[in-house]
Amino acid sequence: MDTFSLLLQGLGVAVEPSNLLFALVGVTLGTAVGVLPGIGPALTVALLLPVTFKLDPAGSLIMFAGIYYGGMYGGSTTSILLNTPGESASIVTALEGNKMARAGRGGPALATAAIGSFVAGLIATIALACIAPWVVKFALSFGPAEYFALMVLAFVTVSAAFGDSTLRGLTALFIGLTLGLIGIDLQTGQARLAFGIPDLLDGVEVTTLAVALFAVGETLSVAAAKGDGNEAIEPVKGSVWMNREDWKRSWMSWLRGTVIGFPIGAMPAGGAEIGTFLSYATEKRFSKHKEEFGSGAIEGVAGPEAANNASAAGTLVPLLTLGLPTTATAAIMLAGFQQYGLQPGPLLFTSNPELVWGLIASLLVANFMLLILNLPMIGLWVKLLSIPRHWLYAGILLFATLGTIGANPSVVELGLLLAFGLLGYVLRRFGYPIAPVVVGLILGPLAEQQLRRALAISQGDLTVLVHSPISITLLALAALALVVPLIMRMRGKGEVLSQVAASED
Amino acid sequence: MSRDNEVEIRRRPDKAALVIAVILAGVAALILWDTRHIGGAASYARIGPAAFPYAIAGGLLVLAVATAITAWRGGFPKREADNIAPIIWIVGGLAAQMLLLKIAGFSIATGLMFAAIARSFGRGPLWMTVPLGIVLSFAAWLFFAKILQLSLPSGPPERFIQQLF
Repeated sequence: MDTFSLLLQGLGVAVEPSNLLFALVGVTLGTAVGVLPGIGPALTVALLLPVTFKLDPAGSLIMFAGIYYGGMYGGSTTSILLNTPGESASIVTALEGNKMARAGRGGPALATAAIGSFVAGLIATIALACIAPWVVKFALSFGPAEYFALMVLAFVTVSAAFGDSTLRGLTALFIGLTLGLIGIDLQTGQARLAFGIPDLLDGVEVTTLAVALFAVGETLSVAAAKGDGNEAIEPVKGSVWMNREDWKRSWMSWLRGTVIGFPIGAMPAGGAEIGTFLSYATEKRFSKHKEEFGSGAIEGVAGPEAANNASAAGTLVPLLTLGLPTTATAAIMLAGFQQYGLQPGPLLFTSNPELVWGLIASLLVANFMLLILNLPMIGLWVKLLSIPRHWLYAGILLFATLGTIGANPSVVELGLLLAFGLLGYVLRRFGYPIAPVVVGLILGPLAEQQLRRALAISQGDLTVLVHSPISITLLALAALALVVPLIMRMRGKGEVLSQVAASED
Repeated sequence: MSRDNEVEIRRRPDKAALVIAVILAGVAALILWDTRHIGGAASYARIGPAAFPYAIAGGLLVLAVATAITAWRGGFPKREADNIAPIIWIVGGLAAQMLLLKIAGFSIATGLMFAAIARSFGRGPLWMTVPLGIVLSFAAWLFFAKILQLSLPSGPPERFIQQLF
């Protein structure tokens, strides 16, 4: 069957009333958490995992994907009106968007962000549907050695290739890998790092770690920060509709943002942030109104917002076709699949086509819902921003602990929540990235399994790891992704240092 | 403050980051110690359950050394001094919830935690926020335990409601 008919079949699944409801709940929650500073899609999906345990797998996964998409939409609202990014992929939006809001053009800024997200989400989801079958065909030829190489590449790109320090990225990854060791070894049944505590034999739950790092860690660092973080909300003045000039300046930016964002999300390159930065730089170069950049250029909102939604869709390519998560949210969605005994990867497309295609098709539906939620109903979301921080964070922790207790009502589990929360606080304080910890925890055991399987097949011959052109290429890419940024950073740092010296003269 | 002083501050070894290096090395040592007990079972795959722990411990040791060097040179991003009091409130609130959960039940334990978090952001008084937290937690318990069938530990208020129905 060709992609088109599979997608049509998926649409049939997506428009079932219960799935429409799940999608609606997902996008609504996603928009809300995207708008609220301090919680993002990763935390929300993690919180909902235990709650949805008893629900239908297709419905829950549709809801999770809706939360992911919705978070990307909602984040822009916070960036534009509050100058505090609601989630990390909206940092760039705050640059131009908040300036526009201060100049009384908040309406058009919100509109170009929402419509740009819609255009990008639509194109990128269709691209996902078209590319996925090809990747699946390719991935069917992968053996354990290739999967291991692919995971090594993902480890490097998620932790070391981007962000501001190779050392801190790798350290975060190794913390995650260490946590992944805890529990019973699947092949020999021996306990590792469990120290005789029965609760640890099952390993560390991804949801507990994610909730602790994102909810408890975030609350600690916000509460402990000196100076009050309450910033003024820019009221939306005038019309939310864009004029002819705005449209003319936006549409090319949306398309460029999509073209930049989707491949970056689809490659195991981690994070939607990179796409937004690239898109911003591109818009600045292509714009006919360069002088407006820095004081509220609409292209600077349109491009990056399109890019972050396109890369959210792109992230689903490696997740669905290879079972490879490249962001924290994707890692937790992978845990969601595993909760239902499903393993994303090429086999899922043949064993569960109605689930996979239903999920992809429901993303198209979710996009339409999000456009409606985010344009005519924008005023409702703005009200969320006025929730005082003490109630907001107390409420977040109420639900965070509720989810953890619901998954496993034990004192040890809550103790882990507190311990990992403190870990999250220390990581934030010293500038360590959080996502590699989560990805390391979930991908580490999978990588170990593939490695040992590969070596069992080859009877211990290590050359099996570099046996096929595919695994050689992947490992070479991983090495490049580790070394090139290291050299670039050393050079970049040298330049920065010399600049500091120069300005001190 | 003169410029020379600033340079000196920047180059001063970052003691807190040095502690991180020590902790990383300690975790590596812990993994090595724990892995000693794991039998070979390497069979003909040559790589058994001990290989990955050794590799990760080795990686952590390298990272510990690199962290120590970076910390010594003061290469970590600058950070502002944090307030300690809110941290104590949050940690205390979560610890109280953890310890009281089985005894007092979900609503009371979580309500206390709720009030402690609000207090960490400077919101009081506790005689008002504690009851509010308990009422909210109780509402959450009603919804999640009764409607969504999540198993949340019961205490006096929950048992009272259960007896009524």
